[in-house]
Amino acid sequence: MQHRRRAFGLRSEVPASPREPFEAVILPELDAAHNLARWLMRDANAAEDVLQEAMLRALTYFPSFRGGNPRAWLLQIVRNTVYDALKLDRAAQFVPLAGWSEDDDIVGIDLPSGEDDPETTLIKSRDLRRLQELISGLPIELRETLVLRELEELSYKDIAEVTQVPIGTVMSRLWRARRALLQAAATQERSR
Amino acid sequence: MNETLRTRDCDKVLLVQAEFDGELDAAEAATLAAHRQHCPACQAAAAALQRARLLMDGGLYEPAPDDVRRRVMARLAAAQPPAPAPLWALRSRMRAWWSAGIGFGLGAACAAALALLIIAPSGPDPTQELVASHIRALQPGHLEDVVSTDRHTVKPWFDGRLDFAPPVKDLKNEGFPLKGGRLDYVDGRPVAALVYQRDKHIIDLYIWPGVLVGGRLPPTAEYHGYNIVHWRWGGMTFWAVSDVEPAQLSDFAQAWQRAL
Ligand SMILES: [Zn+2]
Repeated sequence: MQHRRRAFGLRSEVPASPREPFEAVILPELDAAHNLARWLMRDANAAEDVLQEAMLRALTYFPSFRGGNPRAWLLQIVRNTVYDALKLDRAAQFVPLAGWSEDDDIVGIDLPSGEDDPETTLIKSRDLRRLQELISGLPIELRETLVLRELEELSYKDIAEVTQVPIGTVMSRLWRARRALLQAAATQERSR
Repeated sequence: MNETLRTRDCDKVLLVQAEFDGELDAAEAATLAAHRQHCPACQAAAAALQRARLLMDGGLYEPAPDDVRRRVMARLAAAQPPAPAPLWALRSRMRAWWSAGIGFGLGAACAAALALLIIAPSGPDPTQELVASHIRALQPGHLEDVVSTDRHTVKPWFDGRLDFAPPVKDLKNEGFPLKGGRLDYVDGRPVAALVYQRDKHIIDLYIWPGVLVGGRLPPTAEYHGYNIVHWRWGGMTFWAVSDVEPAQLSDFAQAWQRAL
């Protein structure tokens, strides 16, 4: 069964009235909240703990919700709860991996290409478990950006709000995440 | 075939990505398209973005599993301020919660599972709903939210999670040791479920305050091979559900009512 939210993407463009109740505005985003918690915690039980806590926080904070994209609003709470659970600084500018800085050198990327790309095999094989491992192996700041864009389908602006960084940083993280995913896929295929 | 394309040869690749993600307006996109026509680096970037998206296209989304959804709903319902509404209004509210919660992201393949999961608040006889809940709880990892044979651990666990304090008894000496408890969601409200063991069998004891409207249900029932015993005590309603023999379940009910 495929769960893609693209079909519902337009829904998030509709500004929610603050008068609408929690169950009508926020509860439809429970799957989105679980999805983010699951990808960030990388463990089903830990994800449920975070989800429980985040939904209680959302219920508490809901009177302060002033419209906008309810999914982004809820996912920011989920993300903060994850960072609390992992004891990470929510607004950290992560220490870059060797050779990478947060905002510079964003385009210096070598990508393999061609029809016989090793990672094309992975795309064709639809090996979900291995794809999950690849994504789970990304650093959290790349993983969250990638998941928020590709699975939650948030705009750059919403991702910037959820992850508390400038839009430029969102763009560079997204690029690095995609590149890292392609390279990891290629490396893995080659080593098989 | 693995020629390496150097996207570092152009500083516009992030714009290519922004276009790919639908973040450019028409004028910006037109300018970029003109550049891209004769920029191999940007063409390579566009192709790479497409491949990266293909990698993530389908099957990676992690919707909330049914049991997780149930526990979240129960916890949220318990966290709500006590509703002054009459029972029927509370039920319709809960039904709205359920449909709000399940309205999206569920394919037809889930419909059968849902039919079992959400037997809507069922009027005076929650028998089917209880058996469905019991079966769901028997799946690995779903039986207890608090695992303890000590009622002094289990009872306080419900504090703050329910708007009532369920009585908790250990029946170890009677042959039904306490295993733990969990929050469940039955008859349109959060309820306490105590978990007992009899040999290899599990007995779920569901407890919630109040008595059922209509109230003339038979004290025992059988549904799909599961036995059910029902009683009231101290203003609360009790339902024991298990696959043990009817006589053993009656023993359990009597032992429970006799115990201090
Ligand atoms: Zn270019």
